[in-house]
Amino acid sequence: MWLDTLLFYGFALLTLTGAVLTITRRNAVHSAVALIASLVGVAGLFLLQRAEFLFAVQIVLYVGGIMVLFLFVIMLVNLDEAARLRQFGRQWWLALAAVAAVGAEVVWFLTKGAGALRLPPAAPLPAGAPGNTEALADVLFSEYLLPFEVASLLLLVAIVGSVIMAKKRI
Amino acid sequence: MLHPITTVHYLVLSAALLMIGALGVLARRNIVVILMSIELILNAVNINLIAFARHFQHVTGQIFAIFVITVAVAEAAVGLGILIALFRNRQTVQADEIELLKW
Repeated sequence: MWLDTLLFYGFALLTLTGAVLTITRRNAVHSAVALIASLVGVAGLFLLQRAEFLFAVQIVLYVGGIMVLFLFVIMLVNLDEAARLRQFGRQWWLALAAVAAVGAEVVWFLTKGAGALRLPPAAPLPAGAPGNTEALADVLFSEYLLPFEVASLLLLVAIVGSVIMAKKRI
Repeated sequence: MLHPITTVHYLVLSAALLMIGALGVLARRNIVVILMSIELILNAVNINLIAFARHFQHVTGQIFAIFVITVAVAEAAVGLGILIALFRNRQTVQADEIELLKW
């Protein structure tokens, strides 16, 4: 049990540290590397929650796919000049105030209104259940088949759209 | 200190990650970093979905997380394509210098 706790705090620390570094670094490549650390932390949390398939998807797709895309674009777009400019917009204090208000709301809710958060106790792990990937596939290809097909259409549109956007003359 | 980890721990972590991502979207000027912050927000949503999927032993939450990841991929690809087209035409990646539609 204590190993679970230790791993949770380790991955949570990795996730939050990576996130804070992502939004504060001046150099966009450093931001991308910090974001990779954060995404790996999230993948570890998926594993702790027994979502093994999503753990693999997170590593392959996010860390392997999206982040390589980001790094390519950072290399294509000249960001050296941008790194020398002011990094935060003129209304950064307003953004900070809005986010702090939301944070204060969460803290207040957790201290004062914890009694109202009545989650039923966590369901126990059923014995002899199929593996995570098998269970996911069962539901995805029966109950959620139509959304699955719509998602493939969305990806096709995104492919066409990004190719047109990256063309020489638009 | 070593309380057993409950679903609420995951919800608090997800809220913190969402706030960091929202701060990045609202306060940064560099569009590349803004797109990365959007990825942080979508990951916070995914942590929430997975935590509830585990809590109720129901695999639907994980299905939703897969769809969220799909949308995130499409968003990143199109967003970065727009960024390249924008940089080619305006030679800038600062969000507050793109003001053609502002009054």
